[in-house]
Amino acid sequence: MLELRHVEKIVGRDTHVHATSLALERGSLNVLLGPTLSGKTSLMRLMAGLDTPTAGSVWFDGKDVTGVRVQDRGVAMVYQQFINYPALTVYENIASPMRIKGADKATIDREVRKAAELLKLTPYLDRTPLNLSGGQQQRTALARAIVKNASLVLLDEPLANLDYKLREELRLELPKIFAASGAIFVYATTEPSEALLLGGNTATMSEGRITQFGRTIDVYRRPNDLLTARTFADPPLNAMDVVKRNGQFTAGDRPLLAVPPHLSQLADGPCTIAFHPHHLSLSSQAPGSAPLQARTAISEIAGSESFVHIEFEGSRWVMLSPGIHDIEPDALITVHVDTRHLMAFGMDGRALGAPVAMAA
Amino acid sequence: MARITLDHIRHAYGIRPSAPNDYALREVNHEWSDGGAYALLGPSGCGKTTLLNIISGLLQPSEGRILFDGEDVTDLPTEARNIAQVFQFPVIYDTMTVYDNLAFPLRNRGVAESAVKRRVEEILEMTGLADRANRKARGLTADQKQKISLGRGLVRNDVNAILFDEPLTVIDPHMKWQLRSQLKKLHRQFGFTMVYVTHDQTEALTFADKVVVMYDGQIVQIGTPAELFETPRHTFVGYFIGSPGMNVLPMQVDGATAVIGGERIDLGFAPSPKVAAKLELGIRPEFVRIGREGHPVRIDKVEDIGRHKIVRATFAGQSVAAVMPEEDEVPADARIAFDPKAINIYADSWRVERGA
Amino acid sequence: MDKTWNNKAWFMVLPVLLLVAFSAVIPLMTVVNYSVQDTFGNNQFFWAGTDWFTQVLDSARFWDSLVRNLAFSAVILAIQIPLGIFIALNMPRHGLGVPVCLIFMALPLLIPWNVVGTIWQLLCRADIGLVGWGLTQLGFPFAYAADPVDAWVTIVVMDVWHWTSLVVLLCYAGLVSIPEAYYQAAKIDGASRLAVFRYIQLPKMKRVLLIAILLRFMDSFMIYTEPFVVTGGGPGSSTTFLSIDLVKMAVGQFDLGPAAAMSIVYFLIVLLLSWIFYTVMTQGDQA
Repeated sequence: MLELRHVEKIVGRDTHVHATSLALERGSLNVLLGPTLSGKTSLMRLMAGLDTPTAGSVWFDGKDVTGVRVQDRGVAMVYQQFINYPALTVYENIASPMRIKGADKATIDREVRKAAELLKLTPYLDRTPLNLSGGQQQRTALARAIVKNASLVLLDEPLANLDYKLREELRLELPKIFAASGAIFVYATTEPSEALLLGGNTATMSEGRITQFGRTIDVYRRPNDLLTARTFADPPLNAMDVVKRNGQFTAGDRPLLAVPPHLSQLADGPCTIAFHPHHLSLSSQAPGSAPLQARTAISEIAGSESFVHIEFEGSRWVMLSPGIHDIEPDALITVHVDTRHLMAFGMDGRALGAPVAMAA
Repeated sequence: MARITLDHIRHAYGIRPSAPNDYALREVNHEWSDGGAYALLGPSGCGKTTLLNIISGLLQPSEGRILFDGEDVTDLPTEARNIAQVFQFPVIYDTMTVYDNLAFPLRNRGVAESAVKRRVEEILEMTGLADRANRKARGLTADQKQKISLGRGLVRNDVNAILFDEPLTVIDPHMKWQLRSQLKKLHRQFGFTMVYVTHDQTEALTFADKVVVMYDGQIVQIGTPAELFETPRHTFVGYFIGSPGMNVLPMQVDGATAVIGGERIDLGFAPSPKVAAKLELGIRPEFVRIGREGHPVRIDKVEDIGRHKIVRATFAGQSVAAVMPEEDEVPADARIAFDPKAINIYADSWRVERGA
Repeated sequence: MDKTWNNKAWFMVLPVLLLVAFSAVIPLMTVVNYSVQDTFGNNQFFWAGTDWFTQVLDSARFWDSLVRNLAFSAVILAIQIPLGIFIALNMPRHGLGVPVCLIFMALPLLIPWNVVGTIWQLLCRADIGLVGWGLTQLGFPFAYAADPVDAWVTIVVMDVWHWTSLVVLLCYAGLVSIPEAYYQAAKIDGASRLAVFRYIQLPKMKRVLLIAILLRFMDSFMIYTEPFVVTGGGPGSSTTFLSIDLVKMAVGQFDLGPAAAMSIVYFLIVLLLSWIFYTVMTQGDQA
């Protein structure tokens, strides 16, 4: 188990990581999700031991490893750039961490072939990395991290430089590979959809802080605060400041929506309501839907579905609606909010009520 | 703005090409209309950047001609073609201020300073860089720098076309949404002819009126986002567009029925493909229903990805993906059904027209 | 980004520290020692205080040499830096021409100083030298041993021939690190050749150019071998630079005290000017 205890990193006058405590179990996949500069890489460097924390300590399997050098920690790292030895073959690249350890020839051969099979590199073992595609180069780097048999594997946006489809394929394979290894995996990404596809646990990060940590789908469905909800939304979260009064959410004294049952316990007063773009639709079929009049801005069609950007009472929203809707800009349309999925946050950003658990 | 004609363009890097495989770009013969928004979509190495560079004049095609509004520009250098281009990584002039960066293309062409000011201020407003106008460009973050690059591409309103080479690669997801819809708005407002190169289907589909799907140096389909989704001409298009991509299942035809393994699926029409061709049935995961009706199926895995679930299943020995709404549950004795209207038939990877 | 602290790393630099101590610090201390004492031989030394320094700074001979040095460095920088940039800009960036040009450029740098001096001395001789004889035949009597202007021209040309390559190579390294997209973007923005130089190439070359200027300044300011071989400081004292004067004083006349004082003043001047160069040129970076 890897434990961060009140770890903090301050460089000069900038706080890269605010005091953070986190415990990661063996055999788990943990996603760090947040925008660029939110502290993902800084936190990983602290976990790896590439940086020493300004305050706090790092524990591994009950031992304090705060000052222990990277070389002595059993850490493997995969970066956004494809980092391999350009002069060595794929085989030698994968074998390199074991050669350093001084493993015998037979073991090396067995492990390299196993990793190559897992990552579909068997046909390319005799090539050098520069003669491979980007996806194959990154697979080589991943294979090297896996044969190292490290107890902690850190992946810093490993798929960011790959083609969309390759990313999709690797994303599907990665959890299987991870499950087979038994190490602690930490995976940094800027993309909410990537976190959801990988599953496991997610820690959402914002400005050097972990805003929430838990099972990926739980963090997505029941964010503790507005910041987490925003970080974990792609397309962006739709939100609006309202006042709860007499069983209605009102804006500027006009009633907008009836308060749905799961939020009925809320005290009257100001709050922020929020929901994901796919809970906004053009049809009123969903049982808990409430109609709103909104003005359209731009429609984007993505094959089977459309993103319609709309403006409602000064808030910019996105509607993700199945089917093709090429709506003229500046038109007045009726949209329906599926209020069963409405989230509510207090003025301090804390979650006040979340949608009822759907199929836990 | 201009109509772009690609007249039998082929390109090979390096040596004299002999076989079709020597060409990075095999044969492109198309006309793109004035004011259209086009996306070139494909995996790396498919020739999309080669084609873009031929349009911008950074590359001379080995064969063929390129015309802007009917005028042959094949031998014209980039600067004489009057185009704008935005690159994958931000290209900014470090020593200049943000304002001067944006003014640069105009000043180089001797535009009067009052007109420069008006135009640059518009762009500053549009890109949200107004408060940084007088800062040196060097100290900005990657996405601010890329906004400058975008801004420099948009600042001239007399260009024949604006070309984008994966411009949102370095941008955070949230910012992508904002910039993309801004680009789309600008396109509607000014009617620039825009060509956008990307490997990201969402970017391509949402940006363009017409998406040009490229594969292995060839254009495999040009179509609206809806066409590419509903009737992919080639199995590659089916695979590349959509997430997960289209299910492609090897099959036999028996009249108006498809036979996969031991299962028979009604097609609603009798395809008449070439004899001895490799036949496949294509259906998007969005049109595969997992419920209580249909054919027997084994459920392998259910991925809850928030807005919907992806069900991975085995049907007649083939893996099949299905998309299921957020609220729905996989029933205990699950069965699989395919929406017959959404089935496409492929012979040797190319789509067989209905009634053909 | 700070790194994990590791005290053992100091052992790695120890050999270098020792080397520097023996080759620089200890000799420098000896010189300082000499500069404040007087001796009449027999290893007997007397405290001389600042006498030697006053003597050096009061002598016209020192100031003349210093002015000659500054003039020489100014001429060298004024020629070599623009010329070096110009050549680097025109070197090929792809293909077979690259290694050919690089080897051709590196050649003068591989030749020892005194050999360079000897080559040019022979070339410029009016009786048997190709250049000297040729010029004289064309009606430009050329005699570096007699005419101060000819002597200067010879040394400047020789130094340009010898060292411009260094500037070229440094600038070239800076230029090839500029991504192709910058040139493409500039073309599309309609930038002129001059604008490309001014806004893309020069800013990207700035760092290496700074190194080139510093190296060329320090080297030219301490020039010794070439004038020593070619002109021996003459005719008269027209090419007697500080270093030549220093050696004459220390080795020729064995005036150790004044020579030591002069060395220190010389050293401080080099240090001061280098510092000024560096500060001025890196000032823009803080903006």
